[in-house]
Order: sequence, then structure tokens, then C-alpha cells
Amino acid sequence: MALAGTAAAFSLIATGCSSGDGDGGGAESAEPIASDAFDEAMSTPTELTFWTWVPDIENEIALFEEAYPAMDVTVENVGQGLEHYQKLRSALESGEGAPDVAQIEYMYIPTFNLTNSLLDLSQFGARDLGGDYVEWVWNQVANDAGVWAIPQDTGPMGNLYREDILAEAGLDAAPETYDEYAEAAQLVKDETGSYISNLAANEPVQLIALLWQAGIDPFGYDGAETVSIDVSSAEVKEIVQYWQDLVQADLVSTDAGWTDNWFQNIANGNYAGWLVPAWGPIFLQGTAEGTAGKWRAAPLPQWDAANPVSGNWGGSSNAVLATSENPIAAYELARWINYEPEPTTMFATEQFLYPALTSLLEDPEYADQPVEFFGGQEVNAEFAEISATVDPTFEWLPFMEYVLSSYNETVGAAWEKKGDAVGALDVWQQELVDYATEQGFTVE
Amino acid sequence: MAVTTVSSAESPAAPPSSRRAPRRGHRGHPFAGFLFVVPFMVLFIAMIIVPLGYAAYLSLFENKLIGGTSFVGLKNFAEALTDEAFLGGVGRMGLFLVIQVPIMLFLALFLALAIDSGRTRAARSARLLAFMPYAVPGVVATLMWGYLYGPDFGPITQAFEALGLQPPDLLGTSSILGSMMNIVTWEYVGYNMIIMYAALRAIPTELYEAAAIDGASRIRIALSIKIPAIKPAIMLTVIFSVIGTFQLFNEPALLDAIAPVVITNGFTPNFYAYNVAFVNQDVNYAAAIAFLLGLVIAVLSYVVQLSSQRAERKVRR
Repeated sequence: MALAGTAAAFSLIATGCSSGDGDGGGAESAEPIASDAFDEAMSTPTELTFWTWVPDIENEIALFEEAYPAMDVTVENVGQGLEHYQKLRSALESGEGAPDVAQIEYMYIPTFNLTNSLLDLSQFGARDLGGDYVEWVWNQVANDAGVWAIPQDTGPMGNLYREDILAEAGLDAAPETYDEYAEAAQLVKDETGSYISNLAANEPVQLIALLWQAGIDPFGYDGAETVSIDVSSAEVKEIVQYWQDLVQADLVSTDAGWTDNWFQNIANGNYAGWLVPAWGPIFLQGTAEGTAGKWRAAPLPQWDAANPVSGNWGGSSNAVLATSENPIAAYELARWINYEPEPTTMFATEQFLYPALTSLLEDPEYADQPVEFFGGQEVNAEFAEISATVDPTFEWLPFMEYVLSSYNETVGAAWEKKGDAVGALDVWQQELVDYATEQGFTVE
Repeated sequence: MAVTTVSSAESPAAPPSSRRAPRRGHRGHPFAGFLFVVPFMVLFIAMIIVPLGYAAYLSLFENKLIGGTSFVGLKNFAEALTDEAFLGGVGRMGLFLVIQVPIMLFLALFLALAIDSGRTRAARSARLLAFMPYAVPGVVATLMWGYLYGPDFGPITQAFEALGLQPPDLLGTSSILGSMMNIVTWEYVGYNMIIMYAALRAIPTELYEAAAIDGASRIRIALSIKIPAIKPAIMLTVIFSVIGTFQLFNEPALLDAIAPVVITNGFTPNFYAYNVAFVNQDVNYAAAIAFLLGLVIAVLSYVVQLSSQRAERKVRR
């Protein structure tokens, strides 16, 4: 109750304490003007637990602890992806051991909302932060019912390609449209023997990002008991058919991603490109060191060249769990490290997380940095432009684990056999509808 | 000669009965035996009986994401019995059982006999070498084989390519079960060999002397003395293998990372139970699957034991 009473006052502080104008000031400018509840919460010695897989996040936490000396944050890495969510769910179900703040990918926010596990941050004034984040990113963490997390990094989709291999095939730039992409795929295969890219059979989110690009909304969730599932519509089938034609003509491979085999194919030029988000460039620099200088970044090929659009793959946010005993401090941790100039710049330049804050994307010091691995190209700026073209509305189902695993069993299996992926969409659709119905949802 | 061997073979059974006799009259500490068992029973109840009971309890409920938990009786079991993924997994393991287990146990028996024959030079190091894979954790073994099987850069593929042959797809839908059998065989041959070898060492040497005097060849000795004598040990390895086969989990779970879409969610029953519990978030159904799997294993183990006992009785008659 006390919490609700102070909410209004607290929201004022939260907005007042930072304008994100990027001209430094750091922790000093972040110091909020006093409000009793907030001040008390932030000056009472408090232990917070933070579950995250972001490497070296201790550095940002150290800044936070410097700004708020009473705070003592314990960072725990309980695994990445599925493992992390399983442990989080177990802790929530058992009623103890759950952290105050947790790393959550955008697509899993509805999953944890379904169980009312996330604290609505709008009571602390989080809604006022919205305008400072890229629109589509904010839509991922906030809806009419509340604000469920603070965005940390994003993955707008682009096309990373090997300039040398495309040049060998007689192409001097990345294909701009999907028609050109298909033609280029043939040229690349004929001239160099490489695949123009790999559509990993086990990577549903890559395909979903391509659907996102095409403006298709296969999923919907009203926040209560109604979901909409449409993964086998004519629009989806058209996209999948396009890729199926390329796969069956042996112009695009479907090797499983993140395996030794796949890493080697990237490093040795068996794939001439990769349709991948903004976190791809830094990943490549670590994986394919030997090919430094040969890569370039470009926007995704387009269905309609006059109206360039993109989708998102990955990226994550920090959410406060409803079970937290220190909600104000937990919120401030999530907000501070993902909103204040100093920690967000550090995330972008030291951990290479692709920013969600507009101010940072527009900051020339960040965006206009030439990257040697990409032949001196200003890759960050390239992706900043792409980020602005991501379709702002895209929803997820509240049971993404099943959605992804079911994809692998159906459509993924078809990719692996280079078979009928379009037909497999119907099976996937049926499995999802069956599961949702079984679990008590109303399917629209 | 023959008389002495019989008596020495029987003698281990005799002392216990003679030792037991005086205790019957001794009524001082009726609870002493119980006390000795307490530490075991406490752990047994806490670690086996209670979780088992809890799983049985869970399997009778249904928990929906919307609507919560409700009692559904045996519905989960009925569902599992018609669940293609579960039955497919059990069937796949049945196939695994009839193909891989005989191969592995024959190999193990052959190795045990070879080492026991004393003909193998450096028997000790041969024994160690054969046993070594068992010392490699299953997780590591699977990762290692996964690398060897690699479709483009794995050594097997490269060897085939160097010879100008079409390399086999060892991680494809049709071949993955065979590849997995190979991993499991590699891993457990040594383990089963050690059990058999230990049993072979316990055979009284007088039997061999007698056989030698009768002019039996080495092969005859192996077939007529050694193998019948270690039959209980062989049956033990069979039962272990039956149980182990149906519980395969590490291998599919790890190969899943290398061949993600080839290893389906229900590739083995255990892997299926895991996926149902943690991916589909249906702990109750997973509990039912685990119980049914336990039942399958219990029945099969019992059948194996029963058939071996029957065979033994026939021999005695």
C-alpha cells in the first residue's frame, strides 16, 4: 500500500533524474532529488540479486553501487537462454530463491507475464522513460496494462556479407531486393561454390524475424486468456516458399546453427553471408578472425525496395520480479544501468550490446566509429538506420519455449531434409493451436 | 579330481548357514539389526521413496497455464499410452536394445575371455585400455564423438573424402540411432567386460586342469566351462543394459546440440519426459511418462531374470 502511495512522487524523480542527453555528468546528474520513499529505499543498506548472463556486467553494477553506496548487488549467472528461464521458473514456483532483477529476452516477457511474475514498473514512473527508447523496442516491454522491463539491447536484422566472395561472383554490392538476392544466390553458387547464406534449420527466431520484416504478425496475446496463432497464413507461406525454393535449388544451406560445423563454414567462406541482427558483427569478429576486413554490413533484402523495413532477432531487457522484497531498489537498478549515460555507453562500447536508447544510437561518437573488421565501415550507424525501420508492432505468445521446440520438430525437420517446409507450417500451426487449447487458452 | 572341484565350488554356500544357526538362539538385541539398517533406510526413504511417491501424486493431476491444477485421475497415463512421441521413443529404445545390447555384450565377453586366456600379451594394459572409455564421462564421450561424426570437417568425413569416397552422413535422420549405438557401445564395453572378467577370475583353476587332462581345447574350455560358470554375471550385465538403454538421456541431449532437428523431442523416453517437463511446462504429464517408463523397465528386467532362472532350472534337471 505504501508503495502505491509513493508511486506518484517517485515517478517525478524518475523522470527528473536523467534526460539522457549524453553529454556526460554520469552518476552525479543521476542523483535524484529527494523523495522520502525513494531516498529511504536507496539509502537503506539493501542486498539485491541479479540473474543475468551478460559478460562483465559487474562493471556496470560497480557504477551503480558507486552511485548508491547502500546497495549491494550480487550477480549470478545461472545459464543462458532456456536454462536461465527454467531456473527462474523453478525459483518462482518454489516461492524462494528468485532474484530481484532478471535478464529476460523480449519474446519471453509475455511468458513470465502470464504467471504474473513481473512487477509492473509503471507504478514507479517507468512509462515516462518510453520516449527515450526506440519505438519498437519500447513496445516490446510495455503494453496498455503496464511496463514490464527496461530494455537493454536489441537485434535489428541486417545482412552481413563477404564482400570478396560477392565480388568474385561479379556483384559489387549486397542485393537490395529479394528478387536480386535469389539471382545473386545463383551467381555466388555458380562462380564461387559458396552458399549466399545459411538458414539454420534450428533457428526459428531467425525466420520469425524475417516474417516480422515482412509485416506479418503470426502471434497475438491479449494479456489474459486469449491468443491468436497464425503461422500458416498465405503471407507466411509466401515467405517460406521463397526460402524453400532457394534451399531446394541448393543455393541456401540449412545447417544447424551454433555447431562446430556451422562455425567452420562461417570462418572458411562456405557461407557468403548471414542475415543476422546487430549483435552479429561483434560475434563474427570473435568467430571468424581470419576473415577480418572482408565483411560488410547492409540492410536486409527488401520485398518492396521503396519502403525498407526490418525485423528484430534477440536482444533482452531487465525485469523486476514480483516477488522482490525491495521493489524500489530493484527497479532503480534495472532503470539505472539501462538508462543512465555512463552504464549504457559502457554496455555499448565495452560489451558491444546493441543499444536500445535513441540518444546512444544517434551519438556520433558511437555510431560513426569505423570498424576494421568490416573494412572500416561504420557498422553501428548502418544498424542504427536499420533499427529505425523495424516494424513497431510485433507480439509473442506466452509459451515461446513450446513454440520454438515445436518449430524444430516440424518446420525445422523439413528444412533439415530440404523438404516441404511450406507444408510443415500447417503441422506447426496445428500443434500450437492444440497446445494452447490444452493449456486452457482461447484461440482466435 | 572331479569330486574335489564340486566340493570347492559348493563350499562358499555352506559357511553362512552354519554361522546363522547359533544366532537364532541369541535373543539379546532384537533391535540391533534394525539399528544397523536405519542410516540406509533414512536415505532410501528420503531420496527414493518420497520422490517416487511425490511423482506418483503429481502424475494424477493436470496443471494448465490457464486454469491451474485439477485432479484428473489416470488421464495422463491414458494419454501417454496413445502418445506417438512417447511410444516412438520406447519403440526406438526397443530397437536399440535388440541391436546394440547383444553386440556390446558379445564384444565384452570376447574381450573378457581374451584377456582371461592369458594369451594376450600385456593383458593388464589391454584390460585398462578397454576399460578406459568407461572412465570418460558420458557427456565428454558424446561431445568427442559428435566432433568425430561432424558432417563437413569431422575426421571420418575427411578420411572418406581423402579416399575419394562419398562420406556417410552420420548425423542424419536415418543414421543417428546407429551413431548413438556406437557411442554407447564404445562407452560400456569395458565396463561390462570388467564384470565378466572378474567372474572369470573367480572360477576355480582345478576345473581348467581337469579339462586340460580330458584334452579339451581352449575354445571348448571357454564354451563349456567359462561361459556357463559366469552366466550369473552375464545376466547381470544384460539387466544393467536393459535398464541403461531405456534411460538413455545424455547422448540424445548432447547430440541435440550437434544435430538439433534430427534428435526429436521424444527421441528417448527420458529425453521426452525432460522436454515435457521443462519445455512444455507439463510436470504432471512428465511424471506419468516417467512412471510408465519405470514400469516398462521393471517388466523387462523381470522377464530377463525369469527367463534366465528358467533356463538354469532346465540345466540343473
